Amino acid sequence: MDFNRVSVVALTKPWMFRWLAYIGQLAILCGQTIYWICVPPFQTYRFLVQAKRIGPGSFLISAMVSFFIGMIIALQMAYLMVQLSAEIYIPNVIALSLTRELAPVLTALIVAGRIGAGVTAEIGSMVVTEQVEALKAFAVNPVKYLVVPRFLALVIMLPVLTIFADFIGIFGGYIICVKKLGINGVMYWQMVRDALHLKDIATGLIKTIFFAMVIAVVGCHQGLNVKGGADGVGTATTTAVVRSFILIIMLDCAFTFVFYFLFQS
Amino acid sequence: MIEIRNLYKAFNGKKILNGLNLTVRRGETKVIIGRSGVGKSVLLKNIVGLIRPDAGSIKVNGVEVTNLEEREYNKIRMEIGLVFQGGALFDSMNVGENVAFVLNEFMDLDKKTVDDRVADALALVGLKDVQDLMPSQLSGGMRKRVSLARVLCMEPQIILYDEPTSEVDPITAAALNNLIIEMRDKLKVTSIVVTHDMNMAYKVADSIAMFYHGQVIADGSVDEIRNSKHPVVYQFIHGEAHGPITEDESLVFGHIIQKK
Repeated sequence: MDFNRVSVVALTKPWMFRWLAYIGQLAILCGQTIYWICVPPFQTYRFLVQAKRIGPGSFLISAMVSFFIGMIIALQMAYLMVQLSAEIYIPNVIALSLTRELAPVLTALIVAGRIGAGVTAEIGSMVVTEQVEALKAFAVNPVKYLVVPRFLALVIMLPVLTIFADFIGIFGGYIICVKKLGINGVMYWQMVRDALHLKDIATGLIKTIFFAMVIAVVGCHQGLNVKGGADGVGTATTTAVVRSFILIIMLDCAFTFVFYFLFQS
Repeated sequence: MIEIRNLYKAFNGKKILNGLNLTVRRGETKVIIGRSGVGKSVLLKNIVGLIRPDAGSIKVNGVEVTNLEEREYNKIRMEIGLVFQGGALFDSMNVGENVAFVLNEFMDLDKKTVDDRVADALALVGLKDVQDLMPSQLSGGMRKRVSLARVLCMEPQIILYDEPTSEVDPITAAALNNLIIEMRDKLKVTSIVVTHDMNMAYKVADSIAMFYHGQVIADGSVDEIRNSKHPVVYQFIHGEAHGPITEDESLVFGHIIQKK
């Protein structure tokens, strides 16, 4: 069976159509959101409410996770590096793996689980209690009123959370390297600074902007399309988290692929 | 004025509105009666554009609205207030913020003016000192009254009421009836009131229309409907358990058999 034939067969599968249609709906909602961001009046208050909920509200959990991830990487690397007498390179590995990959992805997954689910549940319950219809009846666009503040707050706060996660994760690695592996503290920070380039941090942060868009659009889309009552809200919430996770990982893979070739030198 | 011609709407193949015709004159209060599920609320949502009809025409103040773009429809919506069946209050806002919603969204008013207008609107529906309560702290009837106050703040030309007196105590229901009558007499507001409450229908209506199988089967003055000999209308307005409606729906209401 040749490749083209396999592709055609795969494309005719109903689930494939459903996924393509779903991605199309997300793209339309994303387009509408970006359009409404540009249309005045700008609702700063609602944005700030969401930003507070997403940023400070998620800081502690993302900080804890990245702190322990930093420690775990240090210990896992020590297992191999000590055998090679190359433990001095552990700070480099910690810094690069956290800033390029782990901090952006893990923070996005935490926020998707915590905020994405909340967004779906909140908007979904508004749909089933006719509050979204009430918005339309009062000539208020639900995308402008509900999606735009959440979208903007996520797009701004997720990179901020990721920057903190980068630092806290590296600090977690510092604890293990200095206290357990006997690496000099000053040397640890020197190695981290030498290993990191602006592009490493930038690529991680660029990804988080797109992850934030995925979390916002998937969460809001699921919420706005809730069917039924409380049961429908529950199903939509679970679906939003699962789909956000899948799309974040897929997007991360695509970005890693692109960045690898873009910044190979 | 609202003019509806040959309106069709189906959900999952089930026809809810089936060539419905209805006219509501300017300043008139039209009461719509009919069994649950005959499309009364669907008609209200069609008028406001929350649901688009499959076919037919809806003219609001002479403007054909069925094909309007959202932006154009929003101008019409600012003239229509819909009081939702369940209230549809925004549960993240307190009562005061709910009632002030339209004022805060569309008008550049100072806080004192907004507060005064909110208090006035709440007083009209018999509520005071509830501005700081959250919707979850209100009874069903209070939610409905707050929902009406929110609409009154808009000062609309047309108000659509979806079962305004359900879950409301008789005294408040009577006060709401008086309010609807006052709105017509003093402010010349055009109203469509969907209700099952025949006492309310007789009290507030200029005319009553009965829906059955997605169509209007009777439309006339209060006396014409009250004295109608149409078997379907008769069974409904007299609230009889047996008759053409229940026979048509093959409904057999059970009886309690007492054990000896």
